[in-house]
Amino acid sequence: MKKSRRSFLKVASIAAIGLGAAPAMNFAASNSHGAAKAVKDKNEEALTAHRWGMVIDTNKLTDEIAEAMTEACHSAHNVPDFNHEVDEEKYPNTRPVNMKQEIKWIWPEKFHYAFPYKEDEFLAEKFHHLPIPVLCNHCKEAPCTQACPTQATFKRKDGIVLMDYHRCIGCRFCMAACPFGARSFNYRDPRPFIAETDPDFPTRSKGVVEKCNLCAERLAKGERPHCEEASEGAIVVGDLEDPESDIRHLLAEHYTIRRKQSYGTEPSVYYIV
Amino acid sequence: MSKNMIISGLVIFVIAVLSPFWAQAVFGDKHVVPKPELVGKAATAKKCVLDKYDMRANHMSLLDEWRDSVVRDADRRYDAVNGHSFGMSLSTGEDSCLGCHEDKAKFCDSCHVYTSVNPYCWECHTNPKEIE
Amino acid sequence: MLDIAIKGSKNYWLWILLLLAVIGAGTIAYIDQFMNGLMITGMSRDVTWGFYIANFTFLVGVAAGGVMVVIPYYLHDYERFHRITILGEFLAVASLIMCLLFIIVDLGQPTRMLNVLLYPTPHSMLFYDMIVLNGYLFLNIVVGWKVLEAERSQVEPDWWVKPLVYLSIPFAISIHTVTAFLYCGLPGRGFWLTAILAPRFLASAFAAGPAFLIILCYIIRKFTKFDPGWEAIQTLSKIVCYAIIANIFFFLCEVFVAVYSGIPSHLSHLKYLFFGYHGHNMMVPWMWTAFILMGLGAIFLVIPNLRNNHTLLPITCAMIFIGAWIDKALGMIAGGFIPSPLHHVTEYAPTGKEILIALAVWATGFLVLTILYKLATTVKEEVRG
Repeated sequence: MKKSRRSFLKVASIAAIGLGAAPAMNFAASNSHGAAKAVKDKNEEALTAHRWGMVIDTNKLTDEIAEAMTEACHSAHNVPDFNHEVDEEKYPNTRPVNMKQEIKWIWPEKFHYAFPYKEDEFLAEKFHHLPIPVLCNHCKEAPCTQACPTQATFKRKDGIVLMDYHRCIGCRFCMAACPFGARSFNYRDPRPFIAETDPDFPTRSKGVVEKCNLCAERLAKGERPHCEEASEGAIVVGDLEDPESDIRHLLAEHYTIRRKQSYGTEPSVYYIV
Repeated sequence: MSKNMIISGLVIFVIAVLSPFWAQAVFGDKHVVPKPELVGKAATAKKCVLDKYDMRANHMSLLDEWRDSVVRDADRRYDAVNGHSFGMSLSTGEDSCLGCHEDKAKFCDSCHVYTSVNPYCWECHTNPKEIE
Repeated sequence: MLDIAIKGSKNYWLWILLLLAVIGAGTIAYIDQFMNGLMITGMSRDVTWGFYIANFTFLVGVAAGGVMVVIPYYLHDYERFHRITILGEFLAVASLIMCLLFIIVDLGQPTRMLNVLLYPTPHSMLFYDMIVLNGYLFLNIVVGWKVLEAERSQVEPDWWVKPLVYLSIPFAISIHTVTAFLYCGLPGRGFWLTAILAPRFLASAFAAGPAFLIILCYIIRKFTKFDPGWEAIQTLSKIVCYAIIANIFFFLCEVFVAVYSGIPSHLSHLKYLFFGYHGHNMMVPWMWTAFILMGLGAIFLVIPNLRNNHTLLPITCAMIFIGAWIDKALGMIAGGFIPSPLHHVTEYAPTGKEILIALAVWATGFLVLTILYKLATTVKEEVRG
């Protein structure tokens, strides 16, 4: 039902604009008149949840683990590394980088940056050195999706906040809206700075915003997120709405905190401290 | 302004506006329309997502629908009317577009170049064959 | 009526040529940005809006400021504004064109701009901004043009022009309110998260817009035979006076709340702007300059002798205009983004190319303004002569 209304709206809007009206109409017609109808569905092996969430156990974190998570995520998602030496032959005349324009999906921060309003005066010593992984919180009430003027960033039914890179116009309103600095903008073509392109995931073009996608492409194939696999048990991803899930058991047994809870965005990433 | 000036101005304008047509006729490549070549698996598979003519005319609408389905609805599998099932992806997996049509240059580019269409798919999506 | 614009003195054409040269230079810089992305700007992961959006915000104010001549004339039959109402409306047109251009040059994917219409999103404030900005632009073009045309033929404007004028008043208020809402509805930005942002935007708009209009009146008097009238200018200067004082007052309210409550997420931004934060103090001289300019300007306007001084008034207005520009353009952006949500301090300064592109947008606005003012003043000269 929903799908047919959606495709109708799409066709109608395209026709109204008058761009490519004919092929779109033909296509819609060819779809509806046939005896059988094509069906779009999830992969059988796909992992599903009512609301995906994450628990990060800070007791299990070390610098190596934090680094391995970033590395696993960034290399699999073709996140450019501005420190990478550009292949002059393939990308001649590449201009020097501005490190302030770098791109990050998940990266370690000091405790007082990850939790800026929990700066306890006499914070326990170990927290001063702890590499806290920060990433998109996939908020329940996400301010970025509210701000986006084209629904290029949106909340999926399973709680994952995603980017539609095809639709993003690069206004960066979502970046102003995000209270967690989780989003990065492609100020330039990222390809010269990708050491090894992973063919299983697209790169991005210049001019769009990107961020952690909770490995939606992995979940769709029944695989676990990269950071979880690289975390040696420090990260557990699961269904927050399922009382029997591993992640809910962890939340029941440990005291956890979330980043900037007071803003009411309901982050889905919990930290065991 | 004299009548002659106006008329000659109009003539120059019309010639300029029609330049794509006469430039093609005079200087253009007179090769025949390229035919997308089916090589590798595609040559033997016989069944594509839609039939040949539908595909030629409407693959762009289909891909547009696919990308919304994959990105926004998390539906990645396409069970076509002809009974075959495909992964809705340009280039990842055996049952994606390039998984079957192995040669992008012959399958996508030859027609796109001929018709001066420059889709931005490949600004982000990668051709696995091009990554050494 | 446009034929008037192609008959001008040598100076007129020199000025047009100068503007075109700036536009040309900026276009070259923009082509670089279009090809290579926003990497050519000074913006960063932490400061994601910069000079473009700063100027956009300020110019929305200048556009809204035009309503300060429309309200007295159309709602209160204040006859002295009869001659300058059209100037206010045309100033709004030019400002809005600049606003829209600034939005476009700020986009990472400008070719997808129409996605905003293809996927209309009523929960995004940018959706409403698009509606009110374009609506206000349309209203001002139609109203200004019809009124001027009627004046030229010495007839009453069509009956339907008046209702559009009345409609343009709430639109003027809306454009700046919605622009403030872009900022003040974001949970993680303490500097913007304040209910007084929209009133403050309006106050500074009603100062900067009319202040600029006064300067324009002086220029018109110097270069054309049309005299906007000293009394109209006097009234305008009083409007500027009240508005700039309101702006400063609202700002001080802001300072009180942040300082007295001492909440770090609100205070740290003000600290950064006026005293520097963790050793970063690029904005400090700018902010003090802005408030000295606005404060002195307010004093000069409050004292009747100084306000009535023909030579001092344009200088006072320039001070207020520049002060408001620094405060609302540079300060609003830098203050909002610095420190970042993670309390990192990443400073921002526009690059040369960024400034060049911005200058080209300003030059486009001035080109439109010059042509429209040329029409307006010539018609008024004709009618009086």
